[in-house]
Amino acid sequence: MTAVENRSAFYKNPNVAGFDDVPYEEKERLIGLVKADMRFPDYLYGCYECGICVAACPSARFYDFSPRRIAQAAARDDVELMYQQMQEDVWECSQCFSCVRCPRGNNPGGIITVLREVAVNAGLASAREALEGYSRIIYKIMSTGTQVSPDMLQPDAFPDWGPEVKDVSDNLDMWRRALPPETLHTTSTGWDVDERTLLELYLIWFHTGALDMIQEVDEGLHMILQEVMEERLEDAGIEV
Amino acid sequence: MPIPVEALLKKKEHFDRGPHDPRSEDFHHELFELEEQGEWIVSRVPEPFVPVETKYGVTKKIPKAHLWHHKSCGQCGHIPGYSTSIFWVMRKLGYDYNDPRDQTSCTAWNYYASATSNAAAQAAVAIRNFAAAYETGYFPLIHCGTSYGHYKEVREELLHHRELRAQVREIMDKLNKPMVMPEEIVHYSEWFYAMRHEIAALQVRDFSGIAATVHPACHYYKLVEGDAIYDPDVYGGQRTAVVTGVAEALGAEVRNYSTWFDCCGFGFRHILVQRDFTRSFATLRKIERMKEEADPDVVLTHDTGCVTTLDKSQFAAMAHGRNVGVPVMSEAQFAALAMGAHPYKVCQLHWHSADYRPLLEKMGIDWEAAWAEFQQDLKRLESGEKQYLTWDDVG
Repeated sequence: MTAVENRSAFYKNPNVAGFDDVPYEEKERLIGLVKADMRFPDYLYGCYECGICVAACPSARFYDFSPRRIAQAAARDDVELMYQQMQEDVWECSQCFSCVRCPRGNNPGGIITVLREVAVNAGLASAREALEGYSRIIYKIMSTGTQVSPDMLQPDAFPDWGPEVKDVSDNLDMWRRALPPETLHTTSTGWDVDERTLLELYLIWFHTGALDMIQEVDEGLHMILQEVMEERLEDAGIEV
Repeated sequence: MPIPVEALLKKKEHFDRGPHDPRSEDFHHELFELEEQGEWIVSRVPEPFVPVETKYGVTKKIPKAHLWHHKSCGQCGHIPGYSTSIFWVMRKLGYDYNDPRDQTSCTAWNYYASATSNAAAQAAVAIRNFAAAYETGYFPLIHCGTSYGHYKEVREELLHHRELRAQVREIMDKLNKPMVMPEEIVHYSEWFYAMRHEIAALQVRDFSGIAATVHPACHYYKLVEGDAIYDPDVYGGQRTAVVTGVAEALGAEVRNYSTWFDCCGFGFRHILVQRDFTRSFATLRKIERMKEEADPDVVLTHDTGCVTTLDKSQFAAMAHGRNVGVPVMSEAQFAALAMGAHPYKVCQLHWHSADYRPLLEKMGIDWEAAWAEFQQDLKRLESGEKQYLTWDDVG
């Protein structure tokens, strides 16, 4: 009997969210990375199990999700449960940080940020799955320095936002030119970002390893981003 | 529904603001200590400023002028009347500002959505933007609630982790940029709160018949909670005073509702790739509760994601016959309208989804005439008479 089966009563899904199981040592290694993050001690002080965080949590109302379970698993150093959460629960969190109402000063949302980061770094299946369909946003923010752009407002992408989306899309160029701030006449970025500013951002992605993180979850996107950034940096005579 | 402020104040657990509360520790001591040690430059809040009180009693300086506008991705991209209104109000009040191109997103929307970044990268992005502001001589004013909350988190991390400061310094050296941390991290809604009486003094439209509900933005007052504005005269100091303070100064009636603490449902990744959650939460827990308990003419909030979520989520819910249908905007747009701003040329309400026209009528604005004026301006652009509209064109 594997460790997972032994402890299945604690899990929502004994097969760890439907993904292939990994040896305990690998889970221990990943959770070790979570606990080694400099922020982790500031996010966890123990848990009263009072449930205030759950009452405040929007995701708990719509998913089988509980910030209390996150804090408890971390406080108990429960490697199996933390791994299972890393493979499933963490992507349900809204990152609103309502859970910091915690009377012990815990930050379950912060623990989740770190769990997610380790999941992305390790290229876990859950991270790849959660970020499917999100690639274009990563491309946008990392390559242009703005997260969303006016030209993303297309009726097929946002059919649930009403007919106004089509109005925006149909009149985009004109409506942007009608904006009085000079920096907002753009359609493919939120505002006009200087070339030098963008290059500085690229250097941050390179030097902090943020760009490399993409490789683990989306190799194709990583390749494109690297090529775009290197080319522009090279044109400016900057070596990485 | 009145807020039971008296009952709350009598509770045994209630806190008193002031130096005897351990949570009132002032981060400025460490901030300036690190400057003395040569770790960074602290960019000072320029004069004149308005001192305001934060949650646990620490005074915060809100600069009036000479501000470097750290713009917001979602505001600029999808609800540009938000940013435009902030600029417009500042211009009308006669305070100078800088609208920079040397600014990137804080990139926190992506970080909270996908975690495809790390603490060092996030801190470096923040410091790069602060350094860019410092180089211009202007002081940063943060438009987005998430940028503001994230930058406060970054400040906390940098204050307490020497190794992170070293890592970021190394990157700034590569960029030839100084390590800069502002004396205060200031959200635009704090500026509006601090300036609310000056704004009200220029009010030209009567809002006494307007009922509003306020959604306080999570990342404004939940992240680094001590550094958010509270005022004993607003909600008895039990909730953040920004937005509500402005609406009340403009004569609107702010109505209470039970789910005020709930988030809007934005979810960062959910709004982009899992909107079933966002739509459900925004309408079932926020808009329907407000409609049922307070029946507002308008929902006011102070963050990019909240305006987007609460506004855009209503269309699908309406198709299901839910009790929705209330306009949503920032208090910046609301204040601009009070000061006589054009609903389309300045507030850009045609980018919003929920029907705002009944609200405009209640404010005494002829929206049909206003739309016709805007169309005339577009014709000038179409004909080539002008390439862009300017501040002179919008009044």
